[in-house]
Amino acid sequence: MILGLLRNIGQASLSFMAAVGKISLFTFAAVRWSVAPPFYGRQLGRQILDIGFFSLPVVGLTTLFSGMVLALQSYTGFARFSAEDTVATVVVLSVTRELGPVLAGLMVAGRIGASMAAEIGTMRVTDQIDALDTLSTRPMQYLVAPRLVAGTLCLPLLVLVGDIIGVLGGYLVGVYQLNFNPSLYLSRTLQYLEFSDITLGLVKAAVFGFLIALMGCYHGYHSGRGAEGVGVATTNAVVSSSILILIANYLVTALFFG
Amino acid sequence: MVENPSKIEISHLVKTFGRKVVLSDISLSIPTGQSLCIIGTSGCGKSVTLKCLLGLITPDYGSIKIDGKETIGQSRTHREEMLRRFGMTFQFGALFDSLPIWQNITFRLRQNKYLSRQKAREAAAEIVVQLGLEARVIDQYPAELSGGMQKRVALARAIADKPEILLFDEPTSGLDPITGGVIDNLILDSVRRLGATALTISHDMASVRRIADQVAMIHKGRVIWSGPSTQMFDSGIAEVDQFVHGHAQGPLTDEAILAAKTGV
Repeated sequence: MILGLLRNIGQASLSFMAAVGKISLFTFAAVRWSVAPPFYGRQLGRQILDIGFFSLPVVGLTTLFSGMVLALQSYTGFARFSAEDTVATVVVLSVTRELGPVLAGLMVAGRIGASMAAEIGTMRVTDQIDALDTLSTRPMQYLVAPRLVAGTLCLPLLVLVGDIIGVLGGYLVGVYQLNFNPSLYLSRTLQYLEFSDITLGLVKAAVFGFLIALMGCYHGYHSGRGAEGVGVATTNAVVSSSILILIANYLVTALFFG
Repeated sequence: MVENPSKIEISHLVKTFGRKVVLSDISLSIPTGQSLCIIGTSGCGKSVTLKCLLGLITPDYGSIKIDGKETIGQSRTHREEMLRRFGMTFQFGALFDSLPIWQNITFRLRQNKYLSRQKAREAAAEIVVQLGLEARVIDQYPAELSGGMQKRVALARAIADKPEILLFDEPTSGLDPITGGVIDNLILDSVRRLGATALTISHDMASVRRIADQVAMIHKGRVIWSGPSTQMFDSGIAEVDQFVHGHAQGPLTDEAILAAKTGV
């Protein structure tokens, strides 16, 4: 019984290490081919449009309502010790440092991570990736590199817009529901906001964008056969990128904390 | 008389996946300008042989030579140069869903020869017309075409760069007999026009008879018979006879039943 248990632990450890090794090799190859010519500008443009532009409504709505809820909740808490005037500061710091990047990352992981895994997975099961290879085109360069670059570039821009919309949500609730003075709310918003608060959020967003694209491409690229294989790849892409976003969020925050 | 040299020479190819031996000893030779068809039951190793030839799978052992030059173990750059000499059609077309037909057909031309958009469209239109399609299909997407039209477009993509070697994976699968016959004629015509060497994988014996000069049957990862296509019905090997005549009873069926029972 103990031997069986040890065997299972050993097998699980080996599988885990094999998966880590496989992902590391894929990441290395993906980064290497992202910076080597030829560059597929049309593919990159298509991905930028898909990730950056078409994700705007989802990210905008998410951050808008998060900013609104945050204003209401922080007002409820701070009113208990007469610190209502800090609501604007709490909203802007929470949105720029934490909520903006994390919520945008999770929403984009659901939208883009899934679509990348499904598209590349379908190309895998229908031999389109092998066809690319036989047409003397490196699939890593043609399919993965543009997605990786677009993800890393677009998420910070999305988060920047999301930050503004989130703060606007807090402003709307603060001014029209909680009856704050508009100019006082704005001055409080900007008073304690530092440049590093915004850059921290943007650095996080770039890391999240990279991870989302990497997981979407990796799971799609290694998709199993048939519709079930593509379905599993899509699920794995969303789950793994969401978990990695939360882990990376802590690591990046800890890195900047000191 | 000078003997026709081998364009493709495959020797003692072995490939295993885990414990499963897929190719146990494959040796084939295709003379320049000839057309060889590989036949065999599902899972016998035909597609793996083709993928080894293309470098998509690395064999465990053996040799693959093109024009006498070894291709296994070569660098990525050399492999890409070698692949430029190949044209390939996949079983289900493998056309790029996100690209219109003209971009599918001229994909390699545009990547490697920096063909302008206008010239690429003209080249694509010329090829599709040669293959019996209307020029206007070049602006459609693969999903808008029927199975037979997709096969023609796949053939157009394969021959667009005028390759020396053409590979066809199940070119007539999923087609009605008439469309299958048309595709066979287009393959024959393309191979002759380009003076290419062709390797085809097929289960369709009518198609094999039409397009093959030579036939090789793979069974359990080995070539059990090879010879001129005119002789395949008189091979004298029970497995080959059953396969080419399509008999339900015979050694191949017995083995399949045994494998299902034993799980081997």
